[in-house]
Amino acid sequence: MITTLLVANRGEIARRIFRTCTELGIGRTAVFSDADAAAPHVAEADASVRLPGDAPSDTYLRADLLIEAARATGADAVHPGYGFLSENAGFAQAVLDAGLTWVGPSPAAIAAMGSKVESKRIMARAGVPVLAEVDPAEVTEADLPVLVKASAGGGGRGMRVVTSLRELPAAVESARAEAASAFGDPTVFCERYLETGRHIEVQVLADEHGTVWALGERECSIQRRHQKVIEEAPSPLVDERMRDELFEAARTVAKAIDYVGAGTVEFLVSSDRRFFFLEMNTRLQVEHPVTECVTGLDLVALQLRIAEGHRLPLEPPASNGHAIEVRLYAEDPAADWHPQTGTLHRFEVPGDVRVDSGVAGGSVIGVHYDPMLAKVIAWAPSRAEAARKLATALAGAKIHGVRTNRDLLVNVLRHKAFLAGEIDTAFFARHGLLTLAEPLGDERLAAVAAALGQAEVNRGGGPGGWRNVPSAPHRKRFAVGGTEYEVAYTFSRSGLTVDGEDIRLAEATEERVVLDVAGVRRAFDVGRYPGLVCVGPVTLTPVPRFAEPGTTLAAGSLVAPMPGTVLRIAVSAGDRVRAGDPLLWLEAMKMEHRITAPADGVVAELPVSVGKQVDVGAVLAVVRAEGEPS
Amino acid sequence: MDVTGDEFAANREAMLEKLAELEAEHAKAIAGGGPKYVERHIKRGKLLARQRVELLLDEDSPFLELSPLAAWGTDYQVGGSVVTGIGIVEGVECLVTAHDPTVKGGASNPSSLKKSLRAAEIAAENRLPAINLVESGGADLPAQKEIFIPGGKTFRNLTNASAARVPTIALVFGNSTAGGAYLPGMSDYVVMVAERAKVFLGGPPLVRMATGEESDDESLGGAEMHARVSGLADFLAADEHDAIRIGRSIVRRLNWRKLGPAPKPDYAEPVYDAEELLGIVPGDLKIPFDPREVIARIVDGSEFDEFKPLYGTSLVTGWASLHGYPVGILANARGVLFSEESQKATQFIQLANQVDTPLVFLHNTTGYMVGKEYEQAGIIKHGAMMINAVSNSKVPHLSVLIGASYGAGHYGMCGRAYGPRFLFAWPSAKSAVMGPQQLAGVLSIVARAAAEGRGQPYDEDADAAMRVMVERQIEAESLPMFLSGMLYDDGIIDPRDTRAVLGLSLSAIHNGPIRGAEGFGVFRM
Repeated sequence: MITTLLVANRGEIARRIFRTCTELGIGRTAVFSDADAAAPHVAEADASVRLPGDAPSDTYLRADLLIEAARATGADAVHPGYGFLSENAGFAQAVLDAGLTWVGPSPAAIAAMGSKVESKRIMARAGVPVLAEVDPAEVTEADLPVLVKASAGGGGRGMRVVTSLRELPAAVESARAEAASAFGDPTVFCERYLETGRHIEVQVLADEHGTVWALGERECSIQRRHQKVIEEAPSPLVDERMRDELFEAARTVAKAIDYVGAGTVEFLVSSDRRFFFLEMNTRLQVEHPVTECVTGLDLVALQLRIAEGHRLPLEPPASNGHAIEVRLYAEDPAADWHPQTGTLHRFEVPGDVRVDSGVAGGSVIGVHYDPMLAKVIAWAPSRAEAARKLATALAGAKIHGVRTNRDLLVNVLRHKAFLAGEIDTAFFARHGLLTLAEPLGDERLAAVAAALGQAEVNRGGGPGGWRNVPSAPHRKRFAVGGTEYEVAYTFSRSGLTVDGEDIRLAEATEERVVLDVAGVRRAFDVGRYPGLVCVGPVTLTPVPRFAEPGTTLAAGSLVAPMPGTVLRIAVSAGDRVRAGDPLLWLEAMKMEHRITAPADGVVAELPVSVGKQVDVGAVLAVVRAEGEPS
Repeated sequence: MDVTGDEFAANREAMLEKLAELEAEHAKAIAGGGPKYVERHIKRGKLLARQRVELLLDEDSPFLELSPLAAWGTDYQVGGSVVTGIGIVEGVECLVTAHDPTVKGGASNPSSLKKSLRAAEIAAENRLPAINLVESGGADLPAQKEIFIPGGKTFRNLTNASAARVPTIALVFGNSTAGGAYLPGMSDYVVMVAERAKVFLGGPPLVRMATGEESDDESLGGAEMHARVSGLADFLAADEHDAIRIGRSIVRRLNWRKLGPAPKPDYAEPVYDAEELLGIVPGDLKIPFDPREVIARIVDGSEFDEFKPLYGTSLVTGWASLHGYPVGILANARGVLFSEESQKATQFIQLANQVDTPLVFLHNTTGYMVGKEYEQAGIIKHGAMMINAVSNSKVPHLSVLIGASYGAGHYGMCGRAYGPRFLFAWPSAKSAVMGPQQLAGVLSIVARAAAEGRGQPYDEDADAAMRVMVERQIEAESLPMFLSGMLYDDGIIDPRDTRAVLGLSLSAIHNGPIRGAEGFGVFRM
């Protein structure tokens, strides 16, 4: 029997596991890095242990500190969550060696599946179809396009699509570097890349007594940069026959390695409906809630029961209805998915949906970890109903302070092709990312609501911007992305009115603005924060009336697009560079961002060094164009 | 008051007509020097005077523009080529003055001077920091006789304000030369716009004539020079926006505290609709109206506690509050002031002084009663008591001419010469020594008597023509636009704005201390 569980993880998954602990009466032990000291998962634990530092390698990847934390808090079991050490056989072994219960498969099973190269061989031998693996050194024109993958990888990290042989060496090198940094293992391999594949996976659950469930499939074809964004159960593609085949293959995989616990067998399905084994994840998946929603099971509870040696019933329960999950990321899809940082002033998702979040209003989104804020899951009897419910909940969510992929998610959930089940891993490319990332709200009207609402608040019951000799309307300007909206309005006898338009302020409080637009009243939820106004799904930045005199940047300066750490530097001051040459790499939010030369010229200044933490806007390098005076 | 009746509708119609005329006159002031000069000014990358003011003020804060019709009825552009008013900068009520460079380069004419001096007077009386947005070609030279000598007061006022611990700020956007150089010269804080401000006593031609020295604008009076060499500029602004930004930052650090008591924070709006103020005053001022209908639409919660309601009923007196400020109100009910009304007013003014309560005068008076009975009962004595009280009262006074304001009644009700902190007029107001018909009639009677005395026949036709002419002239000269053009009021206001105007005035007044008189002149009994 487990009495106290240490969750060797952070964020939403730590909270998710704690929720089950609370229901089962199991004590909760959290660990936290310095950056996470104020995180909700720490606040919700019965005991928590600090892991000094911020970098994963100093904190959540430190097996020794985690086991010491379990000892110190009297925890008798360890749940690794996903990511970090969840698929690290050495850690599993260390937990067992410390006399603690490991909530997961055996170290041997983890090791067998840990190497993607090795696991494919095992599966091929067991008769499960696999995609042929190619040695990076032997890739030919005929193999293209290929996917460079980290053998120890997961979550899209260390993955590169290569379409020409020329790009291969650089892709391999950067994948190696990323794999080494993220997983401590630089091994990479190549496999044929299915450009329009569908990603379908089967949840398996096995006990120590030989029962193996294939619990249901999930489709996770909507991806960005090989990272899942929208997941659902069941898959709209899979029919009964295919389901039987997939389940059979999944059970074969699990049995081949004597698997115990929860795991996921991932397949790639080609356009001709043939499926290939990709890998097995020997842990709980991020997207496990959709399976929970359709089966009514608590997978974490089952993991704990299995770890305690209990038997599973012989057959899994039947699935019912449809569940869809979206991953809400702090990122800007339209700007190359740049991760976003800042204070999440407010986070509320309305409606009958499940929200598994690692954050709460007031959380600071930093640079150290994955930018996923939350998972939002909707269940309904049918797929279309689930999509509608989820889209509406997301559209009405108050997410103030940090840009997210919310608009993209809603647009996808409402997209004709999505609703028709026509999805694959190239969904964003096929339908146009910029179209899909179109803002949800009417930005102009949001600017009007922001302006009039603010004016009413500023007036505070007094005469406001009253004039006895009115000469010009009042004006407020707001920026949304790169677009600026100016609202001209007047404090008239009938209240605040927009000049030249039939729009009037009907009422305004700090949190709500109602506009009368040509006789139709429209209500907006409003949040005001320093330098920020949120109106429904639109985030506006008030444009100050006066530009503060700022420091001007030297021409040719390359500034950090986001806060991060300088990972590698390819040049030295004085080097000649050509436009597009990589100068240095910045690691932020676990992604590598390449900074390239804007023009042919000479590196005039290089004020950073490897390992240096830089803030957004910091000058990284100055490239003086050829022929420019120094 | 029956707001559905024909009388109300007719009154409202007449008022709206007058308001439309007023708007047309205000538009002239706003238009400044006209499209040609406005466009040229904008093309030079400059902000218009009112744009500068708007940018200077806090967002969504009020601006009470003063004397917008200065120069009305003269040969000069309506508005007097300068904008003045009270606005809020960084939470501080300031007296803002902005030259309008589109009108003859912002040159000062006699009306501009009167308007600027009135603004300085308001700043001094109410302890308001002054911000001058300077761009003026100096004095309109052909009119120098009316400007040069009295205009010297402009600079004296600045340093007097400074000595009275009320800061003065000059933001120099363009020319400020010769005498105009003393505008920044006498100010506490000076900001100059780079490459635009030009501040010198004598320009290159004058210098060459005087000393033979060859020079240029920049070395004589450029912003850079003044910021780095002469030290006349405390701040060098990159452009006009920057100058205004700096001006605001100066005010932010003034550590300004109002000396008057704070208003009650939670006051109620009037129960009655301000819109109905349009229908109260009859087109014909001979028809009396009840000023309580006006009071009910301008004071907090429409609550008015009348004092001595049964005595001297032709004058209404009582207490109320406006935007949370306590006020005593004196309002004419049936035009004429008798002995009783005069004594009632005298007592009420003393009571307000006893408890430091500001007074509001709502004018609709034809003056003190005449006639044997009244003279013998001492109407002069009693009128004198009222004028004594109003003259020596030290609490702030606000006057609004809502109807007639004739004769010594204008004095007793705190007319312009009696120093109200602010005086505004409704479009329906009229003010003169007496009504036009009365005045023409008096002239006619005197002329007839003179003719009879000389034994000459009286020319009835000439008399009729004279009466028409005099009536027309007096009527025109008693109208508010004419009086406003003469700077005899601080502006004509829309009756519906009365509450806002008085509220802002009271708030401005409370920058200074509020203290009633310790004593009055000898009351003749």
